[in-house]
Amino acid sequence: MKPTSELELAELIADAKTPLQIKGGGTRLMGLPDGNVLDTSGLCGITLYEPGALTLVAQAGTPIAEIETALAAENQRLAFEPADLRDVLGTSGTSTLGGVAASNASGPRRISAGACRDFMLGVRFVDGLGDVVKNGGRVMKNVTGYDLVKLMSGAHGTLGVLSEVSIKVLPSVEMQLCLRIKGLDPLRAVAAMSAALGSPFEVSGAAYDVNGAVSLRLEGFEASVRYRAAQLVGVLAEFGPIEALDDQDLCTQIWCDIRDARRFKNTQGDLWRISVKPSDAPDLLSVLNPSQAQLDWGGGLIWLTMPSGTDVRAKMTVAGHATLMRASADTFSTRARFHPEPAPITKLSADLRARFDPIALLNPGLMGACHEDRI
Amino acid sequence: MDMPSPDPIVLSRKAELVSRLLQVLPSDAVIEDEMETRAYECDALTAYKCPPLLAVLPRSTEEVSAILRICHEMNVPVVPRGSGTSLAGGALPTADCVILGVARMNDVLDTDYANRVIRVQTGRTNLSVSGAVEEDGFFYAPDPSSQLACAIAGNIAMNSGGAHCLKYGVTTNNLMGVTMVMMDGEVVEIGGAHLDSGGLDLLGVICGSEGQLGVVTEATLRILHKPEGARPVLVGFDSNEVAGACVSDIIKAGVLPVAIEFMDRRVIEVVENYAQAGYPLCEALLIIEVEGSEPEIDAQLKLIREIAERHNPVEFREARDSDEASRIWLGRKSAFGAMGQINDYMCLDGTIPVSSLPMVLRRINELSEEFGLDVGNVFHAGDGNMHPLILFDANKEGDLELCEAMGAEILKLCVEAGGCLTGEHGVGIEKRDLMHVQYAPADLNAQMAVKDVFDPKWLLNPAKVFPLDASDTRRALQVAAE
Ligand SMILES: Cc1cc2nc3c(=O)[nH]c(=O)nc-3n(C[C@H](O)[C@H](O)[C@H](O)COP(=O)(O)OP(=O)(O)OC[C@H]3O[C@@H](n4cnc5c(N)ncnc54)[C@H](O)[C@@H]3O)c2cc1C
Repeated sequence: MKPTSELELAELIADAKTPLQIKGGGTRLMGLPDGNVLDTSGLCGITLYEPGALTLVAQAGTPIAEIETALAAENQRLAFEPADLRDVLGTSGTSTLGGVAASNASGPRRISAGACRDFMLGVRFVDGLGDVVKNGGRVMKNVTGYDLVKLMSGAHGTLGVLSEVSIKVLPSVEMQLCLRIKGLDPLRAVAAMSAALGSPFEVSGAAYDVNGAVSLRLEGFEASVRYRAAQLVGVLAEFGPIEALDDQDLCTQIWCDIRDARRFKNTQGDLWRISVKPSDAPDLLSVLNPSQAQLDWGGGLIWLTMPSGTDVRAKMTVAGHATLMRASADTFSTRARFHPEPAPITKLSADLRARFDPIALLNPGLMGACHEDRI
Repeated sequence: MDMPSPDPIVLSRKAELVSRLLQVLPSDAVIEDEMETRAYECDALTAYKCPPLLAVLPRSTEEVSAILRICHEMNVPVVPRGSGTSLAGGALPTADCVILGVARMNDVLDTDYANRVIRVQTGRTNLSVSGAVEEDGFFYAPDPSSQLACAIAGNIAMNSGGAHCLKYGVTTNNLMGVTMVMMDGEVVEIGGAHLDSGGLDLLGVICGSEGQLGVVTEATLRILHKPEGARPVLVGFDSNEVAGACVSDIIKAGVLPVAIEFMDRRVIEVVENYAQAGYPLCEALLIIEVEGSEPEIDAQLKLIREIAERHNPVEFREARDSDEASRIWLGRKSAFGAMGQINDYMCLDGTIPVSSLPMVLRRINELSEEFGLDVGNVFHAGDGNMHPLILFDANKEGDLELCEAMGAEILKLCVEAGGCLTGEHGVGIEKRDLMHVQYAPADLNAQMAVKDVFDPKWLLNPAKVFPLDASDTRRALQVAAE
């Protein structure tokens, strides 16, 4: 099924009797629950782009690449830098705006610019009854009624199928620079990233490879970037020698690799994405002792691989959540992709799904109760 | 303003309610005396007043939970209240409600610089959150003009913004977690010091829900290190259009000022009379502030000057020291007060796409002539959040109604221009009946479905946000369930 208009999408859902598997580009999720594939890529095209107002509106199936090209022509960009996970997940296809929005896909700049959800200004979607709903709009400040835009971001299509998304965009930068510190253990690495992020020098990326270096990104006008880099070198003196990289292509490469978790391409085991308080990351790493790990968001986002079938959540003694990103079909059939939540939250979420999708058509079982933890 | 008629059963059970509340609260936390409940009869939208049945002032999440459990059992509506500075009537009581004020819950629970978060009880005022971390060089970014008085509770409920939100975002972008008490007394933890939700983004929908989904008692907020410095410039233009075009060009050029504030001639004149800030008397004036180290500031201002000069400004004034900086801000900061000196005013809050600025300003002036009421415009231009101030005389028969009618026309204009009814003040009762202008029935149903889930009996702040005709079947269901 491949609707080419919102109206068609609405009719299709209104008529559906059996579960639908909603697919944007199909780049972000592996092993989706069964159902007739509802392909949104026919809902395509940028409907409005006002560079002077930093706003862009596009249909949900519009490829991210098309949006990025349009933005680049005006020297603007998606500041939340959504990851391209095709390599690491072994998926193919074209990432779409709807898929990015529905999964709240946010890259390294999450810690400074914000998440995808922070850049979403408005949505149009079709709920599980086939009703078309709009929320938010295309202006940067809007508190008119409840913020269903946030609710839809990260709902993975389970509350409605997005048909159109408005986003805030930002200017591209004149220059980026990457500072690197090698040879730190996780504890020191997180301390270094915290020191950088707690400074006034506007670090827009702070990541760490367990087998490699701490990387800190600075962006902006050249004079400002160089000034801040010099200041940071002072702030971080106690952490050892610091290398400054200003080759633009190299910097782009470094941060794309981090964003896309490329170091996990072709690695063995289950791939997890864990969100914790940054200072909890070192402890968690020593408990889990993963074969490979990368920290992003100053330590707040951990990517790691574990032997297939390991129950990472059972070993998490700290607050946060772990998402299973890549695993065998077997593992996916017994373990929920998303972190089970406390009972009252589970109930609220289930009740919301029951309201927005009463006959459980939209990616049923993807987020809600799966059979996992009963086994 | 239509409000549902008070529930006679609730009114008749006041004594029982008081005695049950006194079993879970100290006596100084329950206010039942009619003289004293008057203190809670309105918020900053003073045109509407109604004393509540009772007010309660809990000191802990446990007390809030105990109160809500009782009210839930007895079907008593509850209106949460922070500091009562809402401009939308969000904290306006009904005659049969309990006002639940969190003002006594104002502790800092944890400051964590390594993770750049602070945990507070929500009765704490916005400014005192920054106050708690200021000595260590940090601050909490959202800064509503009411920050001395307003509470984090109200900021979360209204998703409040501030002068610096162009760079730092509004409350929702700086809120990481909450402890919230549901109407039935259950305490839930949502989010925390980690980023983003593992499941549905409930935090995102709680922020901005105007006290209708639960009572928020604690919050984890993001804090940032203060910038090394900041400096404003003032730029005057001989037309609104040109000022609007200049804003757009600055944004496009890739400079991201922390604030771009706009004032029109009417406001400039009033402010000059009131505060003598030394503003040029021109058609439109921008105050643009940038941050960073001295050299960074110089570089940004150089670029801004270049852009502004392409638009033939009548004045470009850069603050050379902190004294001049505060003079530039003086007029802007006293604008509301200055307007208040000449008359009563109603402050609107619609947002429009920045590109429609000239058209909307022109239409507002036309409406001003049609209705015979004076309007001044002072607002956050960087994000299109307008604040037209309509002047009226509260003592003159019919003037308030005329002003409201004109306000409604302006807000409809904002929606037509591709914008919205409210950018930061919230819907409350003020814009409740205009929601149909922005949203179709299905849009409102989807929002009310969320309310149904969190508060099935519709007891929390029930007569706000949604037009009564849209919510009445849902509210009636609650009564029928008895
Ligand atoms: C002079 C002036 C200037 C202002 N400037 C700005 C500005 O620049 N930007 C801006 O955004 N706003 C501004 N405002 C509006 C107002 O200050 C904000 O809306 C503020 O966030 C309200 O906070 P409060 O604590 O006073 O909330 P209240 O007025 O007490 O309540 C506001 C809403 O929050 C709900 N609520 C209160 N406590 C809780 C709780 N614990 N749990 C759940 N819900 C709760 C209430 O039910 C109500 O709906 C201004 C107001 C004034 C008077």
